[in-house]
This record gives sequence, structure tokens and C-alpha cells, in this order.
Amino acid sequence: MAGTLAEKVWQAHVVRPGENGAPDLLYIDLHLVHEVTSPQAFEGLRLAGRTVRRPDLTIATEDHNTPTLDIDLPIADATSRTQIETLRANAAEFGIRIHSLGDADQGIVHQVGPQLGLTMPGLTVVCGDSHTSTHGAFGALAFGIGTSEVEHVLATQSLPLAPFRTMAVTVEGRLPAGATSKDIILAVIAKIGTGGGQGYVLEYRGDAIRALSMEARMTICNMSIEAGARAGMIAPDETTFAYLRGRPHAPQGADWDAAVEYWRTLRSDDDATFDAEVVLRAEDIEPYVTWGTNPGQGLPLSGTVPVPEEIADEGARTAAQRAIEYMGLTPGQPLREIAVDTVFIGSCTNGRIEDLRSVAKVVRGRRKADGVRVLVVPASARVRLQAEAEGLDRIFLDFGAEWRNAGCSMCLGMNPDQLAPGERAASTSNRNFEGRQGKGGRTHLVSPLVAAATAIRGTLSSLADLDLPAGTTVDGTPLTPLDPHVPVQV
Amino acid sequence: MEKFTQHTGVGVPLRRSNVDTDQIIPAVYLKRVTRTGFEDALFSAWRNDPAFVLNRDAYRSGSVLVTGPDFGTGSSREHAVWALKDYGFRAVLSPRFADIFRGNAGKQGLVAATVSPEDVELIWKILETRPGTEVTVDLVARTATCEDVVVPIGIDDYTRWRLMEGLDDIGLTLQHADEVTAFEARREAWRPTTLPAKHLPPVPVEPARPVGLTLGRPPTR
Repeated sequence: MAGTLAEKVWQAHVVRPGENGAPDLLYIDLHLVHEVTSPQAFEGLRLAGRTVRRPDLTIATEDHNTPTLDIDLPIADATSRTQIETLRANAAEFGIRIHSLGDADQGIVHQVGPQLGLTMPGLTVVCGDSHTSTHGAFGALAFGIGTSEVEHVLATQSLPLAPFRTMAVTVEGRLPAGATSKDIILAVIAKIGTGGGQGYVLEYRGDAIRALSMEARMTICNMSIEAGARAGMIAPDETTFAYLRGRPHAPQGADWDAAVEYWRTLRSDDDATFDAEVVLRAEDIEPYVTWGTNPGQGLPLSGTVPVPEEIADEGARTAAQRAIEYMGLTPGQPLREIAVDTVFIGSCTNGRIEDLRSVAKVVRGRRKADGVRVLVVPASARVRLQAEAEGLDRIFLDFGAEWRNAGCSMCLGMNPDQLAPGERAASTSNRNFEGRQGKGGRTHLVSPLVAAATAIRGTLSSLADLDLPAGTTVDGTPLTPLDPHVPVQV
Repeated sequence: MEKFTQHTGVGVPLRRSNVDTDQIIPAVYLKRVTRTGFEDALFSAWRNDPAFVLNRDAYRSGSVLVTGPDFGTGSSREHAVWALKDYGFRAVLSPRFADIFRGNAGKQGLVAATVSPEDVELIWKILETRPGTEVTVDLVARTATCEDVVVPIGIDDYTRWRLMEGLDDIGLTLQHADEVTAFEARREAWRPTTLPAKHLPPVPVEPARPVGLTLGRPPTR
């Protein structure tokens, strides 16, 4: 029978089909654990006298709470320190591998899985974090779970799940210069809304998706949850295999051959049917920016802040009014005129080496705008080391940016990296909710390229606003494509 | 888990859509390692506003939240459910819930049931006109009742059954542990294990420092 990618991975993991309306019991191949959503799950195991069924399918890292400065000193915030120490104690008690602060493989859980080669096509991957959808970029069925489910997976390595519906998100054509995979996903969310993907697994397809690197694909799948979808997927291909080959946990020898042979079957059949379909033309996608307080409230940077009175739907109008007030904007104001206080480059959405290279190529040889704080936070310690080996840290420091240690950082402000009340940020992260980056803070979601241009000009900007010779960046490299695979020449 | 068949309590009209989990409980409250004691964190930013619905005496003891669409969007934090429960809520009614929030609610005995937008509007009007009016949520009859308004509520059969029986999911799954074992015996060799751990060659990680502080890294390359 014809099936979609999501259905194929689902079917390969059914331990026990649900009867009489009960959900299927699915096997979980990989469980990623971090300090925030796990302590109550481990406590639950202890209270019930249960153990971790498969420590060898589980891995923990510290990311949400970790400071990005002074990582060699005791963590100053007592509650953060307790939470991290609790994770370390739980990992030791239950025999779980952990990558702690100061370890080269410490970092945001959604970077650690891929960089170790643990994230692979055809797996089921879960984590107590909604951005687990990131791993779907490899053709894995990956989704965020709550703490009760974390406990469930620890105890049973399986999860009862009601089937998802499937939605095809097809993007055909070529992205214009200056637009990135971040702009694709912001455009998708603006089109279908924050609830549009609810109940669905999104499968991103089309030649614009196929042309993207693994890291760019991760950015897209990462934000599937912002459209309400628990999971996003992209069928594996040569790009996927090339990324995986040789990584520490990638299969080797005959196992690799068997895996690749199977992985090639992981694509939606030509006659498979999706429950819904959305189509976008890549040529139409400009650099996007959010103006409101949910990721669906986004527009091309060339646009203006919406005028609520012109919105027909009452719910959307009220939400727009509230968002504009919170964001301190004026209806009709051009988005390009919005001045920011802070630029944050990092997170599980856009804190990878290619993101850092893109930014470095734009800011190299320049100084940031006066009065703007620029924070660059690599997604993992490994990414940081790679960036330093390429000299990117010097480019950022010469630009006037702060170069930090790895972690979630200002994406959600659980560590000291926060916005002050009323402070406005252009952020490469994933959520612009009220107070997300600090109480009273105002967030505009942007791509790394828009973040870089904004840091230079001080107002929301794209590469097109920079005074560059036509078609080049400051270091003379071609603007199209601004190939992030190629290290910056230092 | 406590059984839930029917509950009657003061209805709280939260006239907002897209109430995300950062509004329900901001990240700064997620640092605790306990499962209880989150009542003060619920809607913490909004509770500074004296006009916020939970700051009005008639609604303060509310236990049925009636809210706009897309409730619980955003992060997977189960703390959002714990905070609602710790405050005293037993049920949330909304035209649409985020998937993860709805799943978390079901695991914790908080009823998250859908009600059509028109019916939410009807209930809002009653609760706003006569603050303190009670709402009855009945899982057996699958209805919500507010004065003379009786509306159908949506909840999937399996979650409803588990809530009504007060069943622990892990206990249910462990009854099938032998099937999990049989599945594991069939897993392909290429599927990864985290142990024994494999790494790139070890590298020392020197802490990055703010500009001007050169501790841990040389001043120039």
C-alpha cells in the first residue's frame, strides 16, 4: 500500500497496534534528555521503584540553564545549579551517558544528537522539548513530549500515541538572494498560522527543500512546532547520507550499507495521499521578520506593521492589537524602520556552524551599530570549537559582538542572558512570545543574515540594505549563493 | 491519578486566543525539581495586572477555565499543566488545543476538552455577565453546562476512559513488556546506541570570556 514518509516510519515502530480506540504503542529509538523537563520524571521512577529500561538508547546534556560565561565556575544561580546537579545525579544513578558543561559534546540537545551521528533517518526520536522536531530533517519521526511521557519512555522505551495526520508542504523553485531556510519556515507559519499544523506531521518537499543543506533543513523542521505540528520531516537523500557518514555513531561497513539501502526507501510514495497540502513558490519568499507575539505574526521585511482595523477576523484583530501594544509599535510603521537594542544569534534553530559562517561573512571587517548589543552563542561546544578553528570568533569580536559558550541562552532566558523590560531584540531563535527572552522583552524573529544586517545598521535590515558592491559580501565572496558550506577565508 | 467523571466549579472566562505556554508559566519558573508548588507561577506576568480575570474576587476560586483557540501552544513544558492544577483548575475548555499540551493534560488528570467557538462565546457571556457562575464538566455525558446552556465537549475516547478510570499510562504499557522485548529482538543492527559512547578525539574546552577579559584564551592569535 502506498504510504507517506511519516506513515512508513510509524509502521516500522508499532510494538502493539491499538485496539478499540486505544493508541498504538510505538517503540522509541532515541531519547534525548536535558535538565529542565527530566527531574520530575526520574523522581517518578524512583517513587514507583522502576528503572530506565534502555540507558543505551538514552543520552543527556545540559543546555537550557547553563550560563554562557564563566562555565568553569560554580553556576551562580542556585536554582539553576540545583537543576543541573540533579540531572548529573540522576544520570549517575540510572547509568545514563551525560555531556556536562565543559565537555566538547555539551550543547543544545538538538545539535548534540546530529553532531554525534545519533540522529538518523527512520528513527523515532523523542525529548522533553518541543523543538525535537529538528531531528525530522534526517527523515526521523521526532517530536517533543511532556515530563509524564519522558518518565514513560525511560521506564518502557515506548509510548502510546494516537496517529498523526499528514500534511505536504511543497516549496518549489529557487530562493532569491538573501533569503534562507529560516525565511521559508517563517513564510510557512505566516501562511498556515500557529495552529495550522495542529494534529499533523508536516513533510517538507520540493526542489527548494532538496537544495538545502542538512543544517538549513534542521532550521525548517525545528520550527514545525511553531505551526502547531509536533513533527516535521524531510525524506533522506545524498545530502543526509553525506552529513552522517563518518560521524562517531554512524553505522560502519555492512551496517552502513544496509542502513543506506533501507533509508533510500524512506520517501513518500508517488501515489501516497496526504490529508492536507500547502504549496509555496521559493521565488516569492523574501527575508521575513515577525512583528507580533507569536511566530505566525510575520511579514516580509519590506512590509509594514499591520493596521488592526483592516483585519476582518475579530479574533485576529484583537490579537494584533494586543501584540502591537506589547511590542511598542505603530500600525502602518515600515518594518525596516524598527530600531533594535540587541541582536541574538544562536539557539537550536540557528546556532550551527553554517549560521555562524553566514553571519561572519556579512559582518567581517565592519563594526556593529552604536548602542546595539550583539550576542553570538554557538549551539554546542563542538560548534564553538569549530568556529574558533575557522577564526570566526575573531571576526565577531572585532565586529563588537560578544562570543559566548554554548547553550540555549537568550532564546528562552533561563540563564542570565535575558532582555530587560521593553528591550527590543532581533533574534535568530524560534519564539517571539511575550516575555520569552526576558520579562517585558520584545522579540523579532529573523534569519542569521537579517540578524547580521540588523546588527550593522541598528534597524531591521536585510543584505539588500547594506552598502555592498552588487552581488558580493564585504569579503568579496559572491552573495548568491552565500554558500555556508565554505569556511570563511581568514 | 485521581478519577474524573464530573466536576462543577466557578468558570473563568479568559478572552484570549493563542495563550502559549510561556504565558501560562514563564521559563524562569521551570528551574524547580519538584512536581508541585507552581500555583504562584500560573499566568505570572498577567497576574501583576489588577484587571486580570484571576485577580477579580468572583473568579479567584475558579476551577474551569474557558478560553480562546490554540491554548497551550509553544513548549512541551508539563509545568503548564502542573501550574493550572496547582492553582485549582480541573478542566480547560477551548475551541482548539496544542497537541503536546493536550497530551500532558490527559496524563495529569486535567480535562482539556474542545468546545465550538460559538459555544465558548455563549459561556463567556454568561460568566462575564454574572461573575462567579459555575460550570459543570461531565465526562460521562460529554457536556459542559453553564446555567441553562448545555454544550457538547470534545475529548478522545481513550483519554476520556483513562481519566474516568484514573489509570496510570506506564502501568498499562508495562502489561505489554513482553511485546516490547519481542520488538527489541527484531531491531536492525544499524540502529544506534548511545552506549558504549563514541566521540571525536577529546578536545579541551577553554571557557569563552567577555571582550577585555583574556582569561582562558590568548589575547591574540
